[in-house]
Amino acid sequence: MSVKTVAITGNEAASYAFKQINPDVVAAYPITPQTELVQNFSEFVADGVVNTDLITVESEHSAMSACVGAAAAGGRVMTATSANGLALMFEILFIAASSKLPIVMPVVNRALSGPINIHCDHSDTMAARDAGWIQIYSENAQEAYDNIIQAVRIAEDMKVRLPVMVMFDGFIISHGIERVDLLDDVVVRNFIGEYQPNYPLLDVEKPLTFGPLDLHDYYFEHKRQQAEDIKNSKPIILEVAKEFKEISNREYGLFESYHLEDAETAIVVLSSAAGTAKAVVDELRDKGKKVGLLKPRVFRPFPYMEIAQALSHLKAIAILDRSVSFGGFGGPLFTEFRSAMVEFGKIPENINIIFGLGGRDINEQDIRGVYEQLDEIVKSGKVKERVQYLGVRE
Amino acid sequence: MSAVRKKGWREIPKGGLILEAGSAEQYDTGSWRSQRPVRDEQKCTHCMICWIYCPDSSILVEDGKMIGFDYKHCKGCGICAAECPTKAIEMRDENEFREKEGV
Repeated sequence: MSVKTVAITGNEAASYAFKQINPDVVAAYPITPQTELVQNFSEFVADGVVNTDLITVESEHSAMSACVGAAAAGGRVMTATSANGLALMFEILFIAASSKLPIVMPVVNRALSGPINIHCDHSDTMAARDAGWIQIYSENAQEAYDNIIQAVRIAEDMKVRLPVMVMFDGFIISHGIERVDLLDDVVVRNFIGEYQPNYPLLDVEKPLTFGPLDLHDYYFEHKRQQAEDIKNSKPIILEVAKEFKEISNREYGLFESYHLEDAETAIVVLSSAAGTAKAVVDELRDKGKKVGLLKPRVFRPFPYMEIAQALSHLKAIAILDRSVSFGGFGGPLFTEFRSAMVEFGKIPENINIIFGLGGRDINEQDIRGVYEQLDEIVKSGKVKERVQYLGVRE
Repeated sequence: MSAVRKKGWREIPKGGLILEAGSAEQYDTGSWRSQRPVRDEQKCTHCMICWIYCPDSSILVEDGKMIGFDYKHCKGCGICAAECPTKAIEMRDENEFREKEGV
């Protein structure tokens, strides 16, 4: 297994994955903190090391529209965005998914305006969670690179054929330099294989219609298909992960369990904050505390039974959300988890902690405090406040 | 309108695709019509202006002669009547015919 170990940013790792995938078309518009990703890739295009048609469009609405057109034509298509750019794509996200176009799009998580903020939270992709895209969250640059490569296989699988978003945290991961192991170009190309479009518009021998009017008589049936197809992507995601391990020696599942098996209390958190939480778990484990962590990787489709089972033996859990579902009962992760645990039938005591909005830092001390609070809940059997805000000034 | 068995979600192409060309022919857009074009054969000169202007290809032609309208697809927009240089086409209330035809 030949690998190249380098020190690069998350955006550089993602653009390197783009280079190795060598898509037919990339249509993108720059937005902080995604800008560097496409900028790096544009150098690969300019240097002629990829065959990609890079379409520099006038907005994200146009970027996703061009991606839909190129994918319908029969191309392997990618783009990338963040926050307000994703919001501007919103209309076309649903069209990409409902037209079953396997577009792969890294989203570098950033807070949605307003007020205007360029730093990390998950309000952008959580707002797009019901667009019909598969959503995969990455903790660090290595995972971002690995997930983008796997996303191509997942999206293009004949049983799936759906677009995939791969998330990593803005600035924290996109601009932070980390050690990343890169695979050989040829290994990546063999892994993703040749793209076989189902119904390319450019096949003039077989004329067909994309995006027709679909009223009360058939729209519902098409939505029912979509619900089934994204549900059925779960085993494919696991198969692709298994094959990816063979080329990378790195293991991926629907979520990651960290010291969870014998834990009494645990934190559930997405992306880069899980890295900080792991350091706290290590520290508390050294002191003999039975603490653990569950880091969801695949948020759509949500693996509710697997996750509820993995958490069922715990006494108390804290679900950390880096976004707010305004007016809802807790954040998006919390509502999914509560619902899953009800279905499984065993419900550990639980709290929801909203944190890190607009790039507000979460440090080890904050996470230590969450585990201490879980200890108190276990001791007293009482939850003082179900939904809390961590790190906000009163 | 004929009663067609509507297919279930497992039976239809995915992604809302229509896998054959020209399938709009199967759509009875004539049911949208509130006014119907009626031709006066005495006035018609078969100049084909109506055929050129009709946005729904609903002017029926045989051997170079205008022979009538495709009422299954004509939406009753009235462009043919407006453009006819000899005023040979009149737009009449659809209700007159529906009562007669028992629709």
